[in-house]
Amino acid sequence: MSDVAALPNGWQLIVGLEVHVELATKTKMFSASANRFGDEPNTNIDPVTLGLPGALPVLNQHAIELAMRIGLALNCKVQPCTFHRKNYFYPDLPKAYQITQYDNPLNVDGHLMLPGEVRIGIERAHLEEDTGKSTHFGGSSGRIHGSDYSLIDFNRAGVPLVEIVSRPDIRTSEQARQYVAELRSILLAVGASDAKMEEGSMRCDVNVSVHKPGTPFGTRCEIKNVNSIRSVGRAIDYESRRQVDLIESGGTIRQETRHWDDSTGRTETLRTKEDADDYRYFLEPDLVPLIPDPEWIESVRAALPILPAARRLALAELCGVDKDGESALVVVERGQDDYVGAVISAGGDPRRSIIYVQQAFAEQGATPKVPAKDLAALTILERDAKVTSTQAKTLLTDLIEAGGGDVLAMAAKRGFETLDTSAVEEMVDAAIAAEPGAWQKYCNGEDKALGALVGAVMKSSKGKADGKVITALLQSKKNS
Amino acid sequence: MQKLVEIASGVGNGSLSASAVVEQHLARIDVRESEIHAFNLVTADQARLDAAKVDADVKSGKKVGALAGVPIAVKDNMCTRGVETTCSSKILQGWKPPYDATVVTKLRAAGAIIIGKTNLDEFAMGSSTENSAFGPTKNPHDISRVPGGSSGGSAAAVAAGFAAASLGSDTGGSIRQPAALCGVVGVKPTYGVVSRYGLVAFASSLDQIGPFTCDVRDAATLLEVISGHDPLDSTSIPQPAPSLVSVLEHGVAGMRIGRVTDLPEGCEADVLERLESAFDALRSAGATIVDIKLPSIQYCLTAYYLIAPAEASSNLARYDGVRYGNRVDAADLNSMYAATREAGFGEEVKRRIMLGTYALSAGYYDAYYGKALKVRRLISDDFARAYQSVDTILTPTSPSVAFKFGSKTDNPLAMYLCDVFTIPTNLAGHPAMSVPFGTGAHSMPVGVQVLAPTLGEQAMFKVAAELERAS
Repeated sequence: MSDVAALPNGWQLIVGLEVHVELATKTKMFSASANRFGDEPNTNIDPVTLGLPGALPVLNQHAIELAMRIGLALNCKVQPCTFHRKNYFYPDLPKAYQITQYDNPLNVDGHLMLPGEVRIGIERAHLEEDTGKSTHFGGSSGRIHGSDYSLIDFNRAGVPLVEIVSRPDIRTSEQARQYVAELRSILLAVGASDAKMEEGSMRCDVNVSVHKPGTPFGTRCEIKNVNSIRSVGRAIDYESRRQVDLIESGGTIRQETRHWDDSTGRTETLRTKEDADDYRYFLEPDLVPLIPDPEWIESVRAALPILPAARRLALAELCGVDKDGESALVVVERGQDDYVGAVISAGGDPRRSIIYVQQAFAEQGATPKVPAKDLAALTILERDAKVTSTQAKTLLTDLIEAGGGDVLAMAAKRGFETLDTSAVEEMVDAAIAAEPGAWQKYCNGEDKALGALVGAVMKSSKGKADGKVITALLQSKKNS
Repeated sequence: MQKLVEIASGVGNGSLSASAVVEQHLARIDVRESEIHAFNLVTADQARLDAAKVDADVKSGKKVGALAGVPIAVKDNMCTRGVETTCSSKILQGWKPPYDATVVTKLRAAGAIIIGKTNLDEFAMGSSTENSAFGPTKNPHDISRVPGGSSGGSAAAVAAGFAAASLGSDTGGSIRQPAALCGVVGVKPTYGVVSRYGLVAFASSLDQIGPFTCDVRDAATLLEVISGHDPLDSTSIPQPAPSLVSVLEHGVAGMRIGRVTDLPEGCEADVLERLESAFDALRSAGATIVDIKLPSIQYCLTAYYLIAPAEASSNLARYDGVRYGNRVDAADLNSMYAATREAGFGEEVKRRIMLGTYALSAGYYDAYYGKALKVRRLISDDFARAYQSVDTILTPTSPSVAFKFGSKTDNPLAMYLCDVFTIPTNLAGHPAMSVPFGTGAHSMPVGVQVLAPTLGEQAMFKVAAELERAS
C-alpha cells in the first residue's frame, strides 16, 4: 500500500467521504421529464422541475428501487423513511429548497470492504434531488460573485441522487481512492448509475481532519469540486499537510468548506462555518412517508448481481492470483471475469489466461471476440515452451487482430518453432567460447554480464531460443 | 338567483342556453363588480366561447357534464392555463401558468364555464381581503364591510350572483369564514379529498380547495365533481369521490351532535344565539345534542400561526425574481433577491415569512415549530376522543358578523382571532363547512359550522342540509 499520505511527527489522517451519484432512471425524481445528460439546455423541464407555483412532487418508483439496490449492495438496513426540505436561496435551486432525507434516510448502517480487509462504515445512503447547473460569465473566478451574468440549465434539476455518506474510517489517501473506485464499481455492477465523474454523475465531497492517535479527531474541513479519483488522493494529501503545517506553526483549523483547484493542486476557503446557511429543515408536507414493503426489499435484494469483491475473490481463486492484485481488479472492472473463466474451462493455463486478458484485452469489453478456446490454446503453447514468451505476445496480437483462429497455424506462419534444449546448449557453449570475458565476469558474480551471453545466443538462434531456457543453461554451467 | 343544479339540468336537457346563462351573470357583473371588486380578472370572452361550445354540444346530442353551462369563479391562486394567476400579489402580477390546476381540469371536463379569477388576501394570508395587492373586495350585503377572507372574492362572487358557484381554498378558515360573512355555503373537505395540484401553496399541510355555493345541494354537487384521487398530488387520498347528494334528504334522526363546552370566548351574542337555535333545530329533527370538551382548542391559534407561516416561508421562497414573476434588478444577486421581495410582497406576507423563518431556525425550532406540531397532535387526539361519542360537532364559523373595513388592519392579532373556530379542523385535517343560519348584528349573515371526522363528509352534509331546511 502506498504511504504517500503518511504525515510527519505522528499525525494521523482522518477522512470521511460524501459521494453523490445520479441515478440511471428514465425520468426525474418527482416528475415525468427525461433524466438525460447532454441534451439542449432547458429542454427536459416541466412545472415540477421549474418549481412553478402550484406544482407538486410525486416520487419516482424506479429511483426508490435503484436507491435500495445501492443500500443493499453496501450492506445497509433499508427502512421506512421520510423526506425533508432543505431551504436555501440559489438561482439554480428552483423551489429555493431541495427535497432530501434528513433524520430518517432510506438506507442506514452499512459498510464497504477495501483490500486488506479494511472495513469502511457507511452511515447512510439517502435519496434527494439534484439542482440545475449554473454557468457564470465574466469575472475571473468562474463563480457567481463578480460575474457579469449567469445562465442556468434546469435539465439537471430534479434528477434523482443518492448521497452515500461514509463514516470517518478512512486513514490514508490511498484508501480514499480505493473507496471511491470500489464504490464506483459497485454502482456500475448494480446498474444504479453510470457513475461518470467527468460528467458529474458521481461527485465527491471529502472531509479531512488530522489528529494524534489517542486524542479526539481534529476540526474537519470539507473539500468540494473533487472530480476524479486521482484528485481525491491529491486533495487529501494537500489538505492534510496544510492542516498539519498550520497546527505545527501555532495556528488552528477553522471548520470550513474548501474548494479544490485541480490546476494549482491546492484547496482554498469557499465559506466558513460562520457564514454557512441555516437550512431550516422540516418535514416535506407535499410527500407522504416512504414505507418500502419488506417483500419489495427482498425481491430487490434477490435480484442483485454478484458484487465486484465476490467476483474478484472467485477469479483470484480460479487463477491463483492475489484477490486484491491489479489483474483481478482490472479484469473484474471490465467485466471480463466470465471470459477468463471460459478460457480456463477450455483448458487454458489459469495464471496466463488472466494475465493475457488483463494486458491485451483493454479494448475488448465484457465479451471479447477471440474465442476462449483459441486463447486457451495459446496459453498452453507458451506454458509447454513451444513458443517463447516474446513469440506468445506476438501471437496474442495476431489472435486479437484476426478475432481468433488456429494458434498453431499462426505460429507456423510466423516461422515460430522452439529449438530443443540440446540445440540451445550447443549455442550456449559457442557463446561462452566467443565471449570469454563476459563469461569470466558472469562466473565472478557480475550478473550484468549475463545480458551479453543471452544476447549472443538469441542472435545465433535468430530469436527462436527461449530466454528463460538460455538463462537456466548458463546458470547450471556456472554452478557445475 | 339560479342554483347550480338548475342551470346544469336545464342546459343539459336543452331547456336553458348556456350562453344566456353566462350573459345573465356577465350582466350582473357589469352592474355591480365596480363596487364589489370580487374579481381580479373576468374572463368574459373565453366564457362566451365556452358557453357557445356547450350549447353546440347539447344541440348536436353530445353528452355534457354534470356542470354543463354553470358559470363558476375560481380563486386567483389556482392555476389556469394561459390565464393570469396572481394570488393578488404584485410579485406574480402578469404570470400566466402553462398548466391547469387539477380542479380546473375537472371543472372544464364537467362542462363548467370559468367566468373569472377572484380576489383574495395576498397568497391567501388574511381574513378580510384587505391584504390584496389590488384592493379589497366588498361584502355584497353591506359594502362598508369586509367579505371575510382569504377567499373573499369567491364568497362575494356567489353572494352577488356573479357566478353560480366558486372555488376557494381554506388553510385556516379561508372558505368557511367568508362564506359565513357573505351568507353562502362554504365547504372545506377532508385534507386529501380534493387535489392540490395547481393550487399555489400557502401552507401545504393545511391547504384544501372547496366550493362556495348558494345552497347545500349545490355544494354537494360541486364537491362530488372536484374531489377524487389525483396521481399528481402525493397527499391525495387514494379513493373515489364520496357520494354526497344522495344523503341530503336522510335527515338527522338518531345522529349525535357535539356541543363544545370549552369553546374559546369572545363571540358576539347574536352569533351564540344563532348557534343555540341551530342546536334546537337539530334536536327537533331527532338528533341528540352531546356536550364535549376539546381542551387543546385554546392552543390551536398559536400553533397555527407557527405551522402555517413556517410552511409559507419555504413555499414562498421560490418567488426570487430568477425564473418567473416580477424582478427588481440590483447590483448583485442578494440585492436582487431583497429588492424583488421587498417590492413584490405586502406587509402581511412579509410578516408571516419572517415569523415562519424564525420558527424554523436553528435554536428556535424545538421551542416554536416543534411545540406547534405537538399541539397539532393534541387537538387531533381531542377530536378523536370527541368523535367516539358524537357524529358531528357544531360551532360558530366566525366569532362575529362581517366587520367594517380598517377595523382590524392595525392589529394583526385581532384579525387572526377571526379564525379561532375554523383553524382546529385544518390542524386535524378534518372536513368542516359553514351553513348560513339567519342574521346577527347589523342584519348581517351568520354562519354555523358543521365539523366531522376524516372522510365524514356524508354526516356533515346530512346535518348541513337539515340546518338549511330549518333556517
